[in-house]
Amino acid sequence: MSDFPWLLAMIVVPAAGAAVVAALPRGRDLLAKQVALGVSLLVFLLAVLATVAFDTGGPRFQLTTSVSWIADFGVSFALGVDGIALVMLLLIGLLVPVVLVASWADTMPAHRSMRSYVAWLLLLEAMMVGVFAATDVFLFYVFFEAMLVPMYFLIGSYGGPRRQYAAMKFFLYSLVGGLVMLASVIGLYVVSNSQLGQGTFAFDALRQLDIDPGVQKLLFIGFFVAFAIKAPLVPFHTWLPDSGAEAPIGGAVLLVGVLDKVGTFGFLRYCLPLFPDASRDLAPWILVLAVIGVLYAALLAMGQSDMKRLVSYTSIAHFGFIALGIFAFTTEAATGAVLYMVSHGIATGLLFLVIGMLIARGGSRHIRDYGGVAAKAPLLAGVFLIAGLASLSLPGTSSFVSELLVLIGAFPTRPVFTILATTGIILAALYILIMYQRTMHGPPRGVLLADDEPAAAVPAGTSGGATAVMDAPARTRSLRVQDLSRRELAVVAPLVALIVALGVYPQPLIDLVRPAVAATMDDVGSDPGGITPTHPGSEGTN
Amino acid sequence: MSETLPATGLLAASWLLIALPLAGAAVLLLGGRRTDRWGHLLGTGTVVAAFVLGLACTVQLAGVDGRSVDVDLFTFIQTGSLDVGAGLLFDPLSAVFVLLITGVGALIHVYSIGYMAHDPARRRFFAYLDLFVAAMLLLVLGNSYVALYVGWEGVGLASYLLIAFWYTRPAAATAAKKAFVMNRVGDVGLALAVFVMFAQLGTTSYAGVLGNVGLLAGGTVTALGLLLLLGACGKSGQFPLQAWLPDAMEGPTPVSALIHAATMVTAGVYLIARSAPIFDASPSARTVVLVVGAITLMIGAIAGCAQDDIKKVLAYSTVSQIGYMFLAVGLGPVGYVAGLAHLLTHGFFKAGLFLGAGSVMHGMGDQTDMRRYGGLAGKMKTTFVTFGLGYLALIGFPLLSGYWTKDAIIEAAFDRGGVSGWLLGGVAVLGAGLTAFYMTRLMLLTFFGRPRWDDGVHPHESPGVMTVPMVVLAVGSVAAGFLLVEVFPLADWLAPVFGEPAEAAAHAIPPLLVSVLVSLVVLLGAVVAWLFVGRREVPVTAPARVSPVVRAARHAIYADAVNESLLMRPGMWLTRALVFVDNRGVDGVVNGTAAALGGSSSRLGRAQTGFVRSYALGMLGGAVLVAGALVAVTAG
Repeated sequence: MSDFPWLLAMIVVPAAGAAVVAALPRGRDLLAKQVALGVSLLVFLLAVLATVAFDTGGPRFQLTTSVSWIADFGVSFALGVDGIALVMLLLIGLLVPVVLVASWADTMPAHRSMRSYVAWLLLLEAMMVGVFAATDVFLFYVFFEAMLVPMYFLIGSYGGPRRQYAAMKFFLYSLVGGLVMLASVIGLYVVSNSQLGQGTFAFDALRQLDIDPGVQKLLFIGFFVAFAIKAPLVPFHTWLPDSGAEAPIGGAVLLVGVLDKVGTFGFLRYCLPLFPDASRDLAPWILVLAVIGVLYAALLAMGQSDMKRLVSYTSIAHFGFIALGIFAFTTEAATGAVLYMVSHGIATGLLFLVIGMLIARGGSRHIRDYGGVAAKAPLLAGVFLIAGLASLSLPGTSSFVSELLVLIGAFPTRPVFTILATTGIILAALYILIMYQRTMHGPPRGVLLADDEPAAAVPAGTSGGATAVMDAPARTRSLRVQDLSRRELAVVAPLVALIVALGVYPQPLIDLVRPAVAATMDDVGSDPGGITPTHPGSEGTN
Repeated sequence: MSETLPATGLLAASWLLIALPLAGAAVLLLGGRRTDRWGHLLGTGTVVAAFVLGLACTVQLAGVDGRSVDVDLFTFIQTGSLDVGAGLLFDPLSAVFVLLITGVGALIHVYSIGYMAHDPARRRFFAYLDLFVAAMLLLVLGNSYVALYVGWEGVGLASYLLIAFWYTRPAAATAAKKAFVMNRVGDVGLALAVFVMFAQLGTTSYAGVLGNVGLLAGGTVTALGLLLLLGACGKSGQFPLQAWLPDAMEGPTPVSALIHAATMVTAGVYLIARSAPIFDASPSARTVVLVVGAITLMIGAIAGCAQDDIKKVLAYSTVSQIGYMFLAVGLGPVGYVAGLAHLLTHGFFKAGLFLGAGSVMHGMGDQTDMRRYGGLAGKMKTTFVTFGLGYLALIGFPLLSGYWTKDAIIEAAFDRGGVSGWLLGGVAVLGAGLTAFYMTRLMLLTFFGRPRWDDGVHPHESPGVMTVPMVVLAVGSVAAGFLLVEVFPLADWLAPVFGEPAEAAAHAIPPLLVSVLVSLVVLLGAVVAWLFVGRREVPVTAPARVSPVVRAARHAIYADAVNESLLMRPGMWLTRALVFVDNRGVDGVVNGTAAALGGSSSRLGRAQTGFVRSYALGMLGGAVLVAGALVAVTAG
């Protein structure tokens, strides 16, 4: 089975699905959704089977497919995955069907159809698989640029009121980053041409190059800028709150959950192994940006009134943690960074989805328009809380494991940066719990309040026991809000289950990514075996 | 530390202690309304079962050589040189806590069946309570600092959920958030301590860290001690992180009894006692613990004197009593056992006092203002007697629990010798006097004097399901101190952890003299209280014109005001300023650059959208072409 082109299939199947859906006649929205869901579930199955076929003890890149493409320039259509790329494919495979089911009942803006929306989603899936599976740098660049297109249309055509502004901003930022990266990609080709006598874009060959440190720095910066825009580090971040806020929920989940991870993935796959000297030289500066991001974005998140903007800012803070984990150059921290990429995708995806469900009920993105929702929609409130707790990295959630690994792994090499970043856990508690309290707790309030029911019953949970002292709201009006439907439960249940499962027993996921992380640390000149404590030989029984 | 053996027999199944209440919580939360009718029974049953199991495990442990066993469960996190196992350590120290948590926890579960009988969300209450018990057991049973941290934040979550149990009340929701955030400040300290342990010793397990403290540099040990202390202060409501605990009284009263009096808030004492080798090696860190304990015991006692809300008095009393425990463990080897003994007796009498307060509230229409009580002794006889015994135990009435355990701490403080010994001993004695004052005031306002009840209130005794746990705890309040000091000496039981109890050295002051002195001060406090409130008519509303001292005490020495003006307001200003900067500054530079290149930014927004769109479509076309070429090349 290992000869089966798993990765190619994971690109071709959704791309073909997108074409089929796009070709459906106008008005066949339900069929379009059904086809898309079937296709995305097939991709998920392929990702799971590919993981089964993957041997953690085997070579770095597996499930490879390689076809010479533009032979004159040494470009080949080469696919392959290491453990890091593989878990990202699993994340894509999981999130796309979840997003499709979550978007099932969305209303589209005028002149836009569900059919075209799901077609763009499937095309985006194909491009995202390609960008993580490419082992040829030029092919990576092609997918990196190509995935902008479906995302641009998802934001610009199906988003909120300022969608066109947001989409343009997203596109221009990404385009600038992509062009700078293209210069570095070409530079790499030139260097390989002079050193190997024949230019190549193959990652494995480029990794062997011995590049002059000065040149390394220039080439590094080209890649770095593109990636620092994609997984936004302050000050490259201002496009994300606009895109995150204006994108339709499904698009926002894939944008922040997966697409932005191309940036942090790029740090690990390209910046560290190809330019180890430059990575080491510039790491302090990048860590400054990372830690500023952790604190600055968290403070900004607290100041937001728009929930989708708020979550976007929290993501910028989380990307700061991931960058800290990567540029600390320890196996422990980098493992944490990879786990962070996965757990952030699940947790923030869930947070976006549940906020979308709230917005679907209230029609507003603003915190001030809500209040007391927990009394009427306890399931929605419960899922909101779980997503929030995962976002503030509470133990028992997958985010805790990743944040612990990042910080405990970065502390020995970068104590000052780590101490500063650790204070971010206080800010995380603040921005999540403030939002939660204002929307879910307190007396019923805001857009969900039914005006026409003057003397409705006091909200549930406010009588009996020792509760009679509870202040009744000034006017007893009831909330007009339904709890989660079966479809919505089906959307959130797998994500909640994964958050808890990976929070309690993360070791299988760690085992999957560990060889690739160790190899990357070896590339950048760190001990892949991990940190040597100050007082070795003192290991306890554990 | 003594040798730790692998667990056998029942002890190998001690993970069930955590799993039982956790399963209970899961069934109640996931089962939904179907479990409404029997949910409280399941919730109580799992904790009772855990108590029985804990008792059996402790009995087995008593027969194990060295009285310390390790339960290895599974690999939690292993990458690089970091290897964190999920495992439990069952030793005399954790056994004591297991019995306290499950024993008092079971009693409070039973009480809650009655107390929450009419609350429509009773099932949710028991689910959270079970979640708390599971997390608290993990906290005390984990065999590494990471496992402790997981339980540590887990109880923080349970505390948050239970303080905000009546979340439609804004005060409850705010108090819950405040508790969580202030705890997180402490958690930063605990987390950094874990990082230092790993960086220095390559491990976070108790065995690996505590067995190798000798390898660490002196400054590192002190840093570790202070970081752990920061964590302990957050969880235990100690200065300067004490302000959340009185607010936490917004939660239902059984929660105040279990979490915010008997168990969770004593986790800081557990952390310091568990980390004894670290504190033993750093006199500086110990001194800071002492100072924190002394300051907090005074703040709590002073604030307790001026509260009118019965639960607030008890809350500040808890703050103050935990200050005593910190003072004790800060004294080092001589104080660990004294601190833990007081922790246990306090668990009995303070839980009993809270349950009694809940019973009073139950009979008084949920009134918590003691100025609206009065003369309840005759109306609620069981509550009065059990509460009265708890009161006597707390103020240190001779031969009751507090007498044994609090006097031991005061003695140990004097024994420290020198100026600091006299100072600490003096503070502890003064605190005892204040304790007698505020508790006597509470007794007089609640149970004696003329009734000052609101109209329509008909005080009545609570049902048996509530009074039986109160009676049991009252018996504990009376006898626990004597039992733990004279009959089954705690010092002997804990010897494998803290070493054999030292032979009584020369005392700075003879113990008998200390007892007499403390008893006189306590008597003085009680008499002053009687002069203030017992002898005079009590106004139904608190007098507005009071001395600055009373005003400061009412506001708990202005802790909230300080936090607000030093942290909250500047934080809000900073956030607003940054939002402005990010929107106008960082984004403005980018938009402005774009605008400078392409005219006004609004024109850019409109006019160039079409351009971008066609560019995007062009790229898509290009990508399709490339794909086509690829297919052609491959096929050809």
